[in-house]
Amino acid sequence: MDTFTFGITMTIVGMGGTMLSLWFLTLIINLLKRLFPYRESEEKEKEAKS
Amino acid sequence: MISAFLSGLSSMAMGFGLLTIENIIMIAVGCVLLYLGIKKDYEPLLLVPIGFGAVLVNIPLAGMMEPGGLLRHFYDAGVMTEIFPCLIFVGIGAMTDFGPLLENPKILLLGAAGQFGIFLTLLLALLLGFSQLDAVAIGIIGACDGPTSIYVTSKYAPHLLGAVSVAAYGYMSLVPLIQPPIMRILTTDRERKVRMEYPKKSASPALKIIFPVVVTIVTCLIAPMGTPLMGMIMLGNLMRESGVVSRLTKASENEIANVVTLLLGLCIGATMEGAAFLKPQTLLILGLGFIAICLDTVTGVLFGKLMCFLTKGKINPLIGAAGISAYPMAARVVQTEGRKYDDKNWLLMHAVGANTGGQIGSVMAAAIMLSVLKGMGIG
Repeated sequence: MDTFTFGITMTIVGMGGTMLSLWFLTLIINLLKRLFPYRESEEKEKEAKS
Repeated sequence: MISAFLSGLSSMAMGFGLLTIENIIMIAVGCVLLYLGIKKDYEPLLLVPIGFGAVLVNIPLAGMMEPGGLLRHFYDAGVMTEIFPCLIFVGIGAMTDFGPLLENPKILLLGAAGQFGIFLTLLLALLLGFSQLDAVAIGIIGACDGPTSIYVTSKYAPHLLGAVSVAAYGYMSLVPLIQPPIMRILTTDRERKVRMEYPKKSASPALKIIFPVVVTIVTCLIAPMGTPLMGMIMLGNLMRESGVVSRLTKASENEIANVVTLLLGLCIGATMEGAAFLKPQTLLILGLGFIAICLDTVTGVLFGKLMCFLTKGKINPLIGAAGISAYPMAARVVQTEGRKYDDKNWLLMHAVGANTGGQIGSVMAAAIMLSVLKGMGIG
C-alpha cells in the first residue's frame, strides 16, 4: 500500500472509529444508567461494606 | 610479574579508553533526566530509572544490553513480550475512578477528540519521510499515555522505543506548560467563564461494577487487537469497584505498579545507547511528539467549543483540553485555568470526567490503530 493511501486511511478510520466507538459507549452508559439507577441505600450499603 | 601488574592495571582503565563521544553525551543526558526527576520533580518515578538506565547502558564493556546482560533480560521479558505496559494498565485501572464520567457520559466524546493529534501526527510523520510503522509509533505519542506508547512502539518500531517513551513521558509532565497558552488562544473570555452544572448523583455502585465489564466486551469486539490494553485497565477498575479483592487492588496500585514502573523505566533508559539514540531522527521524533500533544489540545478544545455551541453554553470548552490521557494532570490544568477567569468556577469534576474519557479514548485509538493495521496486513 502506498504511503498516501495508508496515511489517509489511518487518519480517517482512526479518528472516525475512535469517535464512533466512544459515542456508542456513551449510549451504552446511558442505557446502563436506566437499568441500574442510583439508589442512596445501595451507596450506603457499599460504604458500610468498605 | 611487573608486566602482569601493568596489564592488570590497564584493564581497569579500559572502560575509559573505549568511552565514545556518543556515550559521554548520553551519560550526560541520563544525568539531566536524573536532575529533572530529582530536583524539578518532573515524573520522578519514571525519569529516575530512565536516567539511570541511560547511564548504565552507556558504560563501555558493561554489556547491560548485550545478550545475557541484566537490562537485556528485563527488556526481553517485559517490553518485548508487552507484559510491563499491560501490568501498568492494571494499576492504572485500579487507581481510576470513572464516577465523574458516568455522571455525565457525553463528555466521553471529548476523550475521543483529544486523540485526533495521534492521527494528524502520523500523517505529518509520513510527510517527513518516516516509514509507515515508524509513523504509527511516532503518532502514538499523541495518546499522551506512556504504557500505550510503549505497547504500540515495542510492537511495530522497537528501535524507536527510547525516543518515543522519553517524548511521551516528558511531554506528559510538561502538560501544565504546554496546554494553557493553547487553551487561551482558542477560547473567548466568555467561554472560559462558562459555569457547568453539577448533575445529581446518578452512577450507582452496580453501574460502576458493570461498566468495566461492558466496556471491555464492547470495545474489544470493536477493536480486538486492543484487548490486552483495554482488558487490563478494566480488570484493574473492576477489582477496585467490586471491593471484594481489596488485596489485589492494593497490590495492583502499589507493589505491582511500583516494581513494573522501576523495571520499565530501566528498560526505556536501556534503549538510549549513544550510537543508536543520537541521530537527527530522534530530535525529529521529539519535535513531532510536541506537535502531537499540541494538536490533541487544539482538537479537544475545538470539540469543546462545538459542544458548548450545541448545548447552548452548558459546556465550558476548556474541559476539552482534559480529553487527553495525562491523568489527573490535564484535569488540574483545566481547573486552574478556569479559576483564573472566574474564581468561583469549579470545573474539576467535569475535567476529571473528560480526563478519564481521555484514558479510554487513548486506549481505544491505539486499539483501532492496531486493528486497522492488522486488517491492512501490515506489521
